[in-house]
Amino acid sequence: MKGAKSNAAIFRWPLLIALLTAIGLLSALVGDDGWDALSWALLAVPVGLCGYFSLARR
Amino acid sequence: MPDTAPATCTPAARPRATSLQRWVWVHKWSSLVCTLFMLLLCLTGLPLVFYHEIDHALGKHIEAPEMAAGTAHLPVDRIVESARRHHPDLVPLYLFKEEDEPDMWVVKMDTRPDTDETQAKFSVVDARTGEILGEPRFDEGFMHLMYRLHVDLFAGLAGRLFLGFMGLLLVVALVSGVVLYAPFMRKLDFGEVRRGRSTKLWWLDMHNMLGIVTVTWALVVGGTGVINTWADLILKAWQAEQVAALKTAGGAAAGSGGSAAPLQSLVDAALAAEPGMAVATVAFPGTLLSTPSHYAVFLHGDTPLTAKLLKAALVDPVSATVIETKPRPWYATALLVSQPLHFGDYGGLPLKILWALLDLVTLVVLWSGLVLWWRKHRHAAAAPVSVGHAATTARGGA
Repeated sequence: MKGAKSNAAIFRWPLLIALLTAIGLLSALVGDDGWDALSWALLAVPVGLCGYFSLARR
Repeated sequence: MPDTAPATCTPAARPRATSLQRWVWVHKWSSLVCTLFMLLLCLTGLPLVFYHEIDHALGKHIEAPEMAAGTAHLPVDRIVESARRHHPDLVPLYLFKEEDEPDMWVVKMDTRPDTDETQAKFSVVDARTGEILGEPRFDEGFMHLMYRLHVDLFAGLAGRLFLGFMGLLLVVALVSGVVLYAPFMRKLDFGEVRRGRSTKLWWLDMHNMLGIVTVTWALVVGGTGVINTWADLILKAWQAEQVAALKTAGGAAAGSGGSAAPLQSLVDAALAAEPGMAVATVAFPGTLLSTPSHYAVFLHGDTPLTAKLLKAALVDPVSATVIETKPRPWYATALLVSQPLHFGDYGGLPLKILWALLDLVTLVVLWSGLVLWWRKHRHAAAAPVSVGHAATTARGGA
């Protein structure tokens, strides 16, 4: 049986994803080309995780 | 605390439980009220993300004929003349120029400058020849249906503001959902989806996982959507502020006495005032985007952000001089930034595809929330004793 997790432990990954998403949303607004590519890469993180966690068996 | 406190209640645990129950209540009701509308907005928003692509695919897009590169453009006065000949009973309200279609003007016309513009007609005019290239219809077909269902439910400003309120409820639901995420996750790993235990746990874990992973995108698209529902009000407030400032500066009488200068000279004056920018829109006097007695020329820069953050130049129609105006107010900036962040149209096709995928995930979050509520509701109706708040559910599942 695992011990109860603290809020810090629970929100560590969600906070990181939130930060990456926010940077992804803003970067395409700041510039083209490289900035667009950065935006695609960062916004692919939440999309990819949704797919991975939905299908992954552990 | 007085020692008359009931012995059954542990002082440390009680306030926590009630505050948790309060969040459960907030999450349940804010979600329930807005869910059906959010399902509609996600479904109709999906094709709208690809509006441009679908328009092209349906062959509805009007293109300027090939001509030698750098063929000179006519003065805008000739463009307006051409549109007026095409629609002799209408007056021009706006001239638009798309960033990626420099050889075309879109002229928006209506019976008066101050209508609600729902019956307005559009003419696409060749910037080099003045020829009418076509009349795009934005008021018919599948995409129009999607647009109206997404924007105002065919109910004008009331419909917009109603959907804006639903969007505010979505923001409340998202925030309360994040608060409730913690008690559910005390015994679970991040992203863990329990399978083969019960369908209910699977739906619950999927709801929590998909919700927390996409919450930032949903907050941004939801919040900017709410701001977009206030677009008319924001533009009217900006206009009122500018008109008031002109009155105190004694400039409101401008435009009376004297004959109007050529429209092209007004546009040139605006361009000279903001070097390095290009014309996006020319608003005729009396429209939502101008003042009753001045033209407004909206200019855009060439980076994605400055392309969206239009600069407005008010131009006196007689002297063709740009009137010093206060910088764009913060709420107008908020609106201009909200538009791309809601539409997802600022980073090419890959960004649109990511937008659509995140929209689909949001649909699953909405649907799973509805399923969880329905199952609990059904069980609660069957069994009279129902405790079932987040903490017990989490404990029961761990």
